[in-house]
Parts: sequence; structure tokens; C-alpha cells
Amino acid sequence: MELTGAEITVRCLQEEGVEFAFGYPGGAVLYIYDEIFKQNKVKHVLVRHEQAAVHAADGYARATGRVGVALVTSGPGATNAVTGIATAYMDSIPLVIISGQVPTAAIGLDAFQEVDMVGITRPCVKHNFLVKDVRDLASTIKKAFHIASTGRPGPVVVDIPKDITTHKTKFDYPKTVSLRSYNPVTKGHPMQIKKAVKMLLSAKRPFVYSGGGVILSEASAQLAKLVKLLGVPCTSTLMGLGGYPETDRLHLGMLGMHGTYEANMAMQHCDVLLAVGARFDDRVIGNTEHFSQEKRQIIHIDIDPSSIAKRVKVDVPIVGDVGQVLDELIKQLQASKDKGDQTALKTWWTQIELWRSKNCLNYDRSSKIIKPQFVIEKLYEVTKGDAYVTSDVGQHQMWAAQYYKFDKPRRWINSGGLGTMGFGLPAAMGVKMAFPKANVACVTGEASIQMCIQELSTCKQYHLPIKVITLNNRYMGMVRQWQQFFHGNRYSESYMDALPDFVKLAEAYGHVGMRIEKPSDVEDALKEAFKLKDQLVFMDFLTDQTENVFPMVPGGKGLSEMILAEEL
Amino acid sequence: MPMRHIISVLLENESGALSRVSGLFSARGYNIESLTVAPTEDASMSRMTIVTRGSEDVIEQIVKQLNKLIEVVKVVDLNEGSHLERELMLVKVKAQGESREELKRMSDIFRGRIIDVADSTYTIELTGNGAKLDAFLEALDTSVILETVRTGACGIGRGERILKV
Ligand SMILES: Cc1cc2nc3c(=O)[nH]c(=O)nc-3n(C[C@H](O)[C@H](O)[C@H](O)COP(=O)(O)OP(=O)(O)OC[C@H]3O[C@@H](n4cnc5c(N)ncnc54)[C@H](O)[C@@H]3O)c2cc1C
Ligand SMILES: Cc1ncc(C[n+]2csc(CCOP(=O)(O)OP(=O)(O)O)c2C)c(N)n1
Ligand SMILES: [Mg+2]
Repeated sequence: MELTGAEITVRCLQEEGVEFAFGYPGGAVLYIYDEIFKQNKVKHVLVRHEQAAVHAADGYARATGRVGVALVTSGPGATNAVTGIATAYMDSIPLVIISGQVPTAAIGLDAFQEVDMVGITRPCVKHNFLVKDVRDLASTIKKAFHIASTGRPGPVVVDIPKDITTHKTKFDYPKTVSLRSYNPVTKGHPMQIKKAVKMLLSAKRPFVYSGGGVILSEASAQLAKLVKLLGVPCTSTLMGLGGYPETDRLHLGMLGMHGTYEANMAMQHCDVLLAVGARFDDRVIGNTEHFSQEKRQIIHIDIDPSSIAKRVKVDVPIVGDVGQVLDELIKQLQASKDKGDQTALKTWWTQIELWRSKNCLNYDRSSKIIKPQFVIEKLYEVTKGDAYVTSDVGQHQMWAAQYYKFDKPRRWINSGGLGTMGFGLPAAMGVKMAFPKANVACVTGEASIQMCIQELSTCKQYHLPIKVITLNNRYMGMVRQWQQFFHGNRYSESYMDALPDFVKLAEAYGHVGMRIEKPSDVEDALKEAFKLKDQLVFMDFLTDQTENVFPMVPGGKGLSEMILAEEL
Repeated sequence: MPMRHIISVLLENESGALSRVSGLFSARGYNIESLTVAPTEDASMSRMTIVTRGSEDVIEQIVKQLNKLIEVVKVVDLNEGSHLERELMLVKVKAQGESREELKRMSDIFRGRIIDVADSTYTIELTGNGAKLDAFLEALDTSVILETVRTGACGIGRGERILKV
């Protein structure tokens, strides 16, 4: 029997076991929507803006490790999706985005709602396809899922012209894919691993720097095993939080621009650095010249060769999957008689504890105005550290990262690489769809939340009782902070004027709204909100307008040149 | 120091593959001196030769980033071994009166061939590496050059060095 392209598209999603497709209909995808209507295996989630469709699919992917799926129409539907696609690309998140396209014969003729989707998304996808023949459709979708989810994951766009969705062919979903030009290496080179073991055992001041690759590789168990085996200090990037239990003593907190004093000092002064699935981002190591002034040897494990030696020179590159490489590394370490220089390690720990005793995340706990850090600490307590926390972009994002202690992977969901305001709420929808029973909190700012606030309507339609935690400082706080430090206190266009009454707004969408103005009300309000299991609660916390994020490595400065709260 | 490198790429012969490569170079700010591409004896594959300049670090990134493109099958930096480089150039020159003889001689010296003769012009075909083609143009009086067109370099490893899947 022959199926139409539209039927094939939906059948492929079913074959891939796709639970949810986040999308928005339009002319070019009408036949696909018709097939969505006729089945119930793939549940469609109707968002209110295509950017949110992609963010929701992305949140789903980050929380579950599975491929997220979005479906959008041609032209404006496709362009609206681009921010979401770029967000996923920068953080290596596996997505398949199906976009409608004008009929094949109309391509290139400036047809109604035509846009060169393959051209527009080329620099922000792992790969993309324009399907020109219905006979290629099933194999293309198979390839898309394969490419999105293997190697270094990433978003893949499949652009399907409308006529292809009506053409018929035999449906045969391929079981496997093989691409002669795409074979990611997963097993690390044994010789390199041997060198790494030797280097780690010779270290006097070893340090483990772990990133998003640990989460993507599902390798947190191996990371914990290795770090504990060696008894060495470790840190996580913003993307790696939860990859190693943050409440463990060996973890020094996040590093980087807003990392802890102890993590940044250890990064700067270690003599052997083991980088695991982290890419030496500019927000992490600051000024590279300053970073290189201290001599250290670097072992770098990454599945993407282009991440290695991109920004810093590496002594032992290991191309492979974090999990597989760490397994081998652990095996060799356990077999080794050499146990490393324990005396040196003790001295190193003494130094680290000294750094740690600075207590760099301390803040004014007696304040009469709500401190944003306090809200996050209470959120942590009330949810017993076990919530899924999504965030938007700004100061609130950094406070959530610093004060919520993530002990498990895939619990902290944020846009690190692109830093996309508007990510938090739709991402939380994706998480909540995946884990309806779990506590899902979206930590946001009064500016960020307004970038995708229309999704409160989607939350109503699909009964997604997310808790929106707005740290409302009436400023684009992160922008204001930079203006305070580097632009002579000229707060150019960073004040958030004419804010809506968020409580009424939430109510207008059919949710519960709360405004919290006093520190003494914070905990009770949070408890009450989380008790409302079936309600989305929009919590508007009026926080200290002048609070800044510390520590802070100013742009262009070295990692150890942090500004600390106490110094101001 | 930015060194000149010749990079050979085997890639799937699919529409769009070329724009992925050229897009990569512009997006990441890599320099392209020339880029040539044509199908190989295996029609499913094209071979591209890119002449670029960059420090060792940049060239390493270029090779890695090219390899990362899904449609790229193989990448070789020809500078890693000895190799041959050839480029084709067509030059149309003003050829009147006694300069006709002179131009013919010049073309012979550079092992060029006159492939089109008109009353007042010659078209000379010349192959060689880029430096040789440059030298030929320099040897000509600029006032006689009417038009030039060059293919950009293509390159191949010497001896047993073979780029194949
Ligand atoms: C306002 C703001 C402030 C920020 N401040 C900070 C900060 O203070 N500190 C900080 O750390 N970040 C900060 N960031 C985030 C920063 O921009 C980067 O997104 C982040 O540092 C990158 O994290 P990562 O190195 O773990 O890499 P990721 O982007 O998570 O990349 C993962 C790496 O792992 C590799 N990988 C993927 N899968 C595997 C696998 N299976 N096996 C092996 N390797 C794999 C990939 O190839 C890649 O190289 C900030 C962002 C914003 C928006
Ligand atoms: C889409 C988008 N536009 C602009 C920015 C630049 N930006 C980064 S943080 C920020 C302010 C965020 O303000 P708010 O959401 O209130 O968070 P706060 O910093 O106050 O906690 C801006 C404008 C961005 N990251 N994303
Ligand atoms: Mg704000």
C-alpha cells in the first residue's frame, strides 16, 4: 500500500516513539496536521508561538535525553522557530524540527510564505534537509533522528514542500542508517587514556572540570566514581550542573564568570586539569592569555574534535564519548599500583579549603527587602532539592545556578550558549509534559518572562501546573549590573517600566497569581504554591533592585581576578 | 604566521554541500584564496580544493570543522606532505603588429598555448602553479592584457599519497 508524504511523516514520528510534537499549523503543513488529527500516538501540543514550540521540545529533550520534536509551517512559522533552533544548537541539544515548505514547483519564485529555511538555518543546525522526492522522505527523517541524537547532539531541520506531503510511495521505515561521511568516534584511544592516567597520577594539584558533555553522555555515575576514586576537587560549568552531586564536599560549585571563588582559583592554579565534556568557553576561562600564564597540563575528553584545542592548547586530547572514556580511565586507574602523590593532594586540599572559607556566596540574610538569593535558597528547601528548574537569562539565572544545589543530571535546564531570554517557560512546559508528577519551577525575571508569556495560555490548555518564580527587580538586572560596573551607572533602557500586574495577568490566563513583598513571606508562599499541585502558580517576588551577581570575572579579565561581594 | 595551505575535500555530490563549506568559511572568519569543486570519477562524490591562509591552530580548526560537516567524507591538508598544484588561466591579450611575434614567444617560454587567434587578439591558455601564472602576467606589459580568468588551484598528493574513500 502506498502512503502520502503526510502519512509517512507522522508514521515516522510514531516509529521513532515520539510522544509529543510541539507545533503550530499553517498552509504548508495542513496535510501533516490532517494526519496528526487521525491518530493519537504522537500527541500534538499547540503552543502560542513557534519559538516556544522549539524551546518546549528542547526542554523535553534536556529533561529526558530523548530527541525533542517541533512542527512548524513555512515562512513566518519557520523563521519564528529559528531562535529556538539556535538555542538548541549552542547547547548541543538533540531536536528534529519539521518545517513546511512551499510546493516544489514554487520554490525560488518568491511564493507566498516562502523562505529558504535550509539556507537560514544552515549556520545553526547540526544538519538540515530539503526533501525533494517523497521516496526519500522516510529515510531522511530516519537520518535526521540519527544525526540529532548521536555524536555531539544537535538540532536537525527537515524541510518538506507541500506537494511532497500529498505524493504517494511505499512506506518502509529503515531500521538502521549508515552514512559514509558521518561516523562519530565514541571509544577513546587507549594510548591517550594511558597517558591521561599517568598524568593524573603524577599531579600535585589535580582538578576536574566537567561540562554539558557529562549530561549529554549520561555519564554522571562514571564522573562521580572517578572523582571519588582520586579524591580530587571538581567543578561544573553552567551546562554541567548536576553532572556531579553539588552537595558533595569534593565539588567546589560552578566555575566561570559567576563561578565560586574556590572553583575559579582551583582552575587557575591546578597543575593537571582533566576537562570532561566541556569546551573552554569564554565565560568559563575568561582571558585566555591570563589563563595560560599559569602552567598546567590539560587532558581533554570530548566527542567533537573541534572542541579540543579550539581556545587553549591541550596536552592529551581524547576524542570519544565521556562515559566510555571514563569507564576505561577508571579501569586503568584501579589496576594501577601507583596511588598518586597523597601528600601533595593533602596540601592542595588545605589550600582549597582556605579559598572555600571565603564563603563567596554569602549575602545579607537580614535584609528587609527580599534578596533574590534567599528566594532560590528557599525554593531549594521547599522542593527538597529535587525539582526540575528551568530558567531564563539574566541575574536570576545565575542565582538559580549558584544557590540551587543540583545533585542529579537533567534537573537544571537553561540556555547557556545562546543565552535566550524567553526560554524558561516553554522549556518548563516540555519538562512538565515529560514528567507530569515532578515539581517543575521556572526561575525567571520580569523582563525575560515577557518574551514568551503567551505560553501561559498553552499551560492552561494542557494543564501544566508549573511554578513560575519571578525575581522581579524592575530591571533587566544583568544589563543594569554591567552598566553599573562598566558604563558609569548610566542605566540606558534597562529599567522595566509599565510592568503588567502579574497577579492579574496570571489570573486572566486562568492561573493563580501571588505577589510576595516581604522576606518573611517567602517560605510560606513557596510552600503554598507547591501544595497547589494542579495549578500553575505565577509568583511575583519583589526583590532588591540593586542586588548584583557575585563573584564576577569582568569581561577580558583573568579567572582569578574576580570581584567579590565583600569588596564593594 | 599565516601560512598558505591547500586543503582537499571529498564530499557528497549534493546540492547545498558547497554552500555548507563556503558558509563555514565566512561564518568562522576563515580566509579563502580560492575554491574549486567538480565531480570525481565516482559521480556520487565531488572533490574540492580550497586554498587558504592561517596559523597552524586555525588550519587545524578548519580541517576539524570541515570534517564535522555531515556531507564531508574526507579532508586532507596537502601541505602535510609533498604535493602538486595546478591552475589553469586564460589570458586575452591585445596582439597587433610586431607584438604578435613577441607574445607568441612569451607564451612559448611559459609553455602556454594560443587557443584563439583574432585580428587583434590572442587568447593564451596556461597551466601551472599560482606563482607561475603570476609570473607570466608580470612578464606581460599590463597594457596588452585585455582579460584574464583563472580556475583557482587544484591539488594532489605526490606518489603513493592517495585521497579516496
Ligand atoms: C548570563 C550568562 C552567564 C554565564 N556565566 C557562566 C559562568 O559563570 N560559568 C559557566 O560555566 N558558564 C556560564 N555561562 C554559560 C556559557 O556561555 C556556556 O554555555 C557554558 O559555559 C558551556 O558549557 P560547557 O563547556 O559545559 O559546554 P556545552 O555547551 O555543554 O558543550 C558540551 C561539550 O561536550 C561535548 N560533548 C557532547 N556530548 C558528548 C559526549 N557524549 N561525550 C563527550 N563529549 C561530549 C560537546 O562536543 C561540547 O564540547 C553563562 C551564560 C549566560 C547566558
Ligand atoms: C532575546 C534576548 N535579548 C536580549 C538579551 C540580553 N540580556 C541578557 S540578560 C538581560 C536582562 C534580563 O532581565 P530579567 O529577565 O529581568 O532578568 P534579571 O537579570 O533582572 O534577573 C538582557 C536584556 C538576551 N539575553 N536575550
Ligand atoms: Mg529583572
